[in-house]
Amino acid sequence: MRRTLLTGNGAAAWGARLAEADYVPAFPITPQTEIIEALAGWSERGEMAGRVVTLDSEHSMLTAAAAAAATGVRVFTATSSQGLLYGMEMIYTAPGWRAPFVMVNVSRALASPITLEADHNDILAARDSGFLQIHCATCQEVLDSVLMAYRLAEHPQVRLPAIVNLDGFYLSFTREPVVIPDQEQVRRFLPPFDPGNVAFRADRPASQAALVLGGSLYSYFRYEAHLATLQALTAYEEVAQAFEREMGRRYPAVEAYRAEDAEYIFFLMGAYATKAKDAVNRLRERGMRIGVVRPRLLRPYPARILQELLRGRRAVAVIDQNLSMGMGGILYSELASALYGMKDAPMLVSYIGGLGGRDISTEELFTMAAQTREAADAGVTPEPRLLYTAAELREVRKMQTIAGSKLPGHMEGKNDE
Amino acid sequence: MTATSTQYSPRDYKSDLKPIWCAGCGDFGVLNALYKAMSMCGLKPEDTVVVSGIGCSSRLPGFVETYGYHGVHGRTLPAATGIKAARPELNVIAVGGDGDGYSIGAGHLPHCARRNPDITYLIMNNNTYGLTKGQISPTSMVPLASISPKVDPKRWKTTPYGMTEEAINPIAQAIAWDVSFVARGFSYKPNQLADILAAAISHRGFALVDAFSPCPTFNQDQNDDYYKDHTYDVPEDHDPTDRVKAFELALRTDGYPIGIIYRRDNKPSMLEEQAFLRRRFENNPGTMEKLFAKYQG
Ligand SMILES: Cc1ncc(C[n+]2csc(CCOP(=O)(O)OP(=O)(O)O)c2C)c(N)n1
Ligand code: SF4
Repeated sequence: MRRTLLTGNGAAAWGARLAEADYVPAFPITPQTEIIEALAGWSERGEMAGRVVTLDSEHSMLTAAAAAAATGVRVFTATSSQGLLYGMEMIYTAPGWRAPFVMVNVSRALASPITLEADHNDILAARDSGFLQIHCATCQEVLDSVLMAYRLAEHPQVRLPAIVNLDGFYLSFTREPVVIPDQEQVRRFLPPFDPGNVAFRADRPASQAALVLGGSLYSYFRYEAHLATLQALTAYEEVAQAFEREMGRRYPAVEAYRAEDAEYIFFLMGAYATKAKDAVNRLRERGMRIGVVRPRLLRPYPARILQELLRGRRAVAVIDQNLSMGMGGILYSELASALYGMKDAPMLVSYIGGLGGRDISTEELFTMAAQTREAADAGVTPEPRLLYTAAELREVRKMQTIAGSKLPGHMEGKNDE
Repeated sequence: MTATSTQYSPRDYKSDLKPIWCAGCGDFGVLNALYKAMSMCGLKPEDTVVVSGIGCSSRLPGFVETYGYHGVHGRTLPAATGIKAARPELNVIAVGGDGDGYSIGAGHLPHCARRNPDITYLIMNNNTYGLTKGQISPTSMVPLASISPKVDPKRWKTTPYGMTEEAINPIAQAIAWDVSFVARGFSYKPNQLADILAAAISHRGFALVDAFSPCPTFNQDQNDDYYKDHTYDVPEDHDPTDRVKAFELALRTDGYPIGIIYRRDNKPSMLEEQAFLRRRFENNPGTMEKLFAKYQG
């Protein structure tokens, strides 16, 4: 075990190295590329036994990953944003093969317009695919979650591929102190992959991914994959306990920070949780009883745990770093569905923020806390809001003047300072 | 191609945006050659679309004072095809990198060759993925470290000790696919490249121009000197309409011929074929109408 400074990308690469991945199909995309570059260097220098092979696109990369996993070897890959979307056909296909492998996604907002910076619409596009999803807030968590994801994905009751998500730039390029566990320690936690009945075996030739028509068989297999995903909730507990025993770090499916006595909660995913925790500490100094609840596991969805954690609170500010066009925040609607009809359910206040790498400032977290308290006092749920300052709007206006266009009418007057 | 008698100078095609390429990037020379070729062809800016994918080179449409379309990685040709099919009167110039065109988007080339739309496709070939900071592309030539200790492990980051695969020969492939105009240029010879591009734009059908356009930031091996040493002009007696001869020229190993290597001027184009079909049906009442007439009588 040693402690060093690693970026989120460095931590992800170390996770794959320590998991002793046999095969890493790769294709570059910002802000993920350093992960595959680090692995390529180790692989070619013989510091890692696994093979890194560059492919011609993410579609090929994910197809190679899933097919290799189906032969019974341990596979790692990584992508981001447009790459994840380009591989989407395989993102939906691989879980049906029940071939477990781990992919890291470094969240980056989607085109168009084109950007390189983070939000969660990319990873949420994979939400309904059957991939398990673990979302990280620190670089240590990235390394640890890759290891946990393998054990979870390969769990005999689960057998599904998993995505570990980290925020582009905020985590991918930020150095934090990270403990790199010893290989022996990792081997005790994560034994070699036992592919069970998904491997290629000379004594049992089998063809995978058959065609089923008529709907009955199809429904059976899809529902079975759904049940396997749900089983990952129980399996996750087992994995988290084993991880804590071996490494001394505990990662619950849902992280709750200073939430025991909290009347108000910030609910969000990913790296901004660190900032929300800081805001909570400061708000508590001013006497507000507020905490943070952050789902790490998004698929399977930890609905029960969320119900337990949020029952009896006054109100929850749900901060969505994503936007479902024509609907609003995805976390918000998922949380609402988990809490609907529950006795003592809190009021949910919806915020959309941090799109395309836009900062969510501490002041904005204070404002959200104040508005959430006011909403609870008034007993009226406010309309969802986009975090956007008057100064930002002025900046947009300036650019629009340069471009010779006007602001569309429905954008006028929607500015929260 | 829709041309005009109004004179446009190369400068007229320059947009207000300043290219954000690195100093010394080959794409500057390609861009200047394109301005000049557009001027030589008298393309009306308002009748012209420059379409690209993603990459350093794919930023080019912003620097040209025409319609522009900066799409997604690898989908340059489908976008160009869609625009051409919907608006046949427009001049469509597709541009992008060797990664965009020969790697993630490679599947489109043979099919575009089959359809043969009147599109010019300009590839800025720097033998690497520039925008993602220097990984191997299908045209990269990074020898294995065991053969050439010159390879700098810090530079080729996904293949630090060299490639295990061979580079493709896009010119030979294009001839094999019967792309109806195949040429090669070099950004450090912008006048020659402009002539080649003007011929490509004037060609009726799908034209591929692969222009060597070095990336001094991430590929110091295939730099301007390398290409000055490894290129020669297409021999004057070369007959580009002779496909076998063109193929032979493309397969030569003593360097890269610069110029027009292959052309087939009589190849039917997608839109012409469709217009032909339409005319047939115009003079022919539809089968459905005949059936209705028969049974509803
Ligand atoms: C689907 C998808 N995968 C990966 C990327 C990342 N990416 C951006 S540009 C690029 C390659 C650029 O190389 P090339 O096309 O040769 O253009 P250059 O930058 O060298 O001009 C890659 C892999 C992307 N934008 N979209
Ligand atoms: S990275 Fe290379 S291809 Fe991109 S702008 Fe710089 S020199 Fe040109």
